[in-house]
Amino acid sequence: MAAVAEQVTSTGLRSASAGRNPWALAWRRLRRNRLALAALGLFLLLIVVCAAAPLYAHDVAHDGNVLGPNLNGTTIVHGKVVPVMQEGGGLLKLGETPIGPTWNLHHYFLGADNIGRDVAALLLYGGRASLQIGICSALLCCIVATIVALIAGFFGGLADAILSRLMDVIWAFPVYLLAISLATELLTHSNGIQIGFLHVSATSLWTPTVIIAFIYVPYVYRPVRGQVLSVAGKEFVEAAIAQGASNYRLIFSEILPNVVSTVIVLLPLMIATTILTESALSYLSVGVQPPNVSWGTIISDGQDLLYTRPWVSLAPGIMIVLTVLALNVLGDGVRDALDPRAKLRVR
Amino acid sequence: MTDGAVELALLREGPAVAKGDVLLRADHLKKYFPIKSGILIQREVARVHAVDDVSFQLRAGETLGLVGESGCGKSTLARCIARLYDITSGSLEFEGADISKYSRRQLRAVRRDLQMIFQDPYASLNPRKRVGAIISDPLRIHRAGSRDQIRRRVLELLELVGLSAEHINRYPHEFSGGQRQRIGVARAIALKPKLVIADEPVSALDVSIRAQVINLLDDLQDELGLTYIFIAHDLGVVRHVSDRIAVMYLGKIVEISPAEELYQRPVHPYTEALLSAVLVPDPDLSASRQRLVLEGDVPSPIDPPSGCRFHPRCRYATQVCTAEEPPLVQHGSLGHLAACHHPLSFETQVNAWATVPVSAEAPLSETAIT
Repeated sequence: MAAVAEQVTSTGLRSASAGRNPWALAWRRLRRNRLALAALGLFLLLIVVCAAAPLYAHDVAHDGNVLGPNLNGTTIVHGKVVPVMQEGGGLLKLGETPIGPTWNLHHYFLGADNIGRDVAALLLYGGRASLQIGICSALLCCIVATIVALIAGFFGGLADAILSRLMDVIWAFPVYLLAISLATELLTHSNGIQIGFLHVSATSLWTPTVIIAFIYVPYVYRPVRGQVLSVAGKEFVEAAIAQGASNYRLIFSEILPNVVSTVIVLLPLMIATTILTESALSYLSVGVQPPNVSWGTIISDGQDLLYTRPWVSLAPGIMIVLTVLALNVLGDGVRDALDPRAKLRVR
Repeated sequence: MTDGAVELALLREGPAVAKGDVLLRADHLKKYFPIKSGILIQREVARVHAVDDVSFQLRAGETLGLVGESGCGKSTLARCIARLYDITSGSLEFEGADISKYSRRQLRAVRRDLQMIFQDPYASLNPRKRVGAIISDPLRIHRAGSRDQIRRRVLELLELVGLSAEHINRYPHEFSGGQRQRIGVARAIALKPKLVIADEPVSALDVSIRAQVINLLDDLQDELGLTYIFIAHDLGVVRHVSDRIAVMYLGKIVEISPAEELYQRPVHPYTEALLSAVLVPDPDLSASRQRLVLEGDVPSPIDPPSGCRFHPRCRYATQVCTAEEPPLVQHGSLGHLAACHHPLSFETQVNAWATVPVSAEAPLSETAIT
């Protein structure tokens, strides 16, 4: 009994006046999960490295444009000036082979692609595009899905029926079929898309961003709507109604804060998925359009060199794997941190 | 415990209801839940008669206890009165105005005077909000003063319900069940409502802290002049707090009476059975008592029995009970109404369980009905 009393008072003292915020508790649980932290670190590192692309490009730029062709350029290997495009091998000495990896940070670190561009520079700029599209489309997708889910789940009835069927229609299409169809359709409008005063040019990075966000909305909508329904039936929502709360207040003050954690759990996993989708679309040349590059387009370009210069395709492939792996591990960690049942496991 | 150190500007614009005036009048109140079936077109195939033709009056300052088994419709009745549910038919007058058809917008003004305490203190507080935000919500919803005034009022309320000021920034998960229920009470009385509906406020609590919460509600009634509808499935609990008690069975009030008289002279056989199930904190008395065990389960409210709804389980039932529904009529003293064809006679009645002593322990007893 004495021990219990002591414990009670010590608990009382520890959390003196400021309560322990559920978010702070989740963050603390995440911090204890080394694997998830490492994954978060890796993901942030990838972002920083890709964001720092111009620093690398500064050294390797040719004619002031690192992403333009450089068929007649030269570079330095072991102190000797050599052409970027070398004469083909074999008896006939036909064609040209781009230079392989020099492993020199200032000169074609990972070699050149078939038009003489620096693969490492492509990789970094491609990473920028891939990460930007991945993160933005996942965010866009989650925001739209959450708003739709809140409306459908809260108002129910006809609103729910219409919105849910609409989502089912999108859901019914295979992801890539829908993405490719939409992308092809949008890309053929050379002027891009005009939504009100918003203009998105066809070659802009926003085209694949919007397409990818759109096709994944139902995948986020479903679990979030379920959560909205479950929260809306809780007694504290009824209590708020009994106090005279408006719908606006019910949705944003009572329901949304209890749904956000579901969305946050989904977010890293969605970023991983959208990055993969972006790469696939770009590989099929319906994603990122030249002059922009992304990891997907580099893999596609490097295909022809797979036997002589495998690094051109391998490097972006490895980057995609690392990013997706980091995000999935992070997503697992975030889920464990936000799931109250995970408490037991961490202890 | 001082009240009113901070007088909020907003409170009380309407005419004050004097003690003893009729505050709430329910008249033939009905709530049916439709059971729908069908794939595309939802057709109503049956109805759950959750609350079926309930009438009663509630005077300002009094406490009406509402008892009955699980599923008898007492919580539904509470939610109808709080207008969390739409009412199927009948009228509900609160302060003279019929609120049974009010829209949600119209109800907002009414809700300032009509608050509710919920059964489950773990479900009725938003886990993502600090206690200060939870208690100040009703004040902010009804724009009851400036930020500073609201904050002072929240501190005052915390003190009033026996919590300390430092609890204001904590989250519900840091409190025990009893403390959480106190937060729920503070939220309900924040606006100084006229009527508080307490839906089994102590059922989810440990037996050891039930008395605390009940005494708190009792004290608040004295201090703030509140009117309560107090729901419980436990006759022991309501005896302690109620001025009058209504017994519900399958959506209907079968007996309504001044509290003490119900215990001394139950008229309805169902009340008799409920009373016999009250545990008595006295082993000798307990052993000498006769236990009336009701046979069978509560019939389905989808298809309630004909005539008197209690007849399939009633030991006094005769032919007339299956055919005719007994009206709620006066038995004995004024204000003691019961609906029964075979009321327990007033003269012969000295039931062993009617001698249950009134004591502070009474609310702590558990019931074992059925």
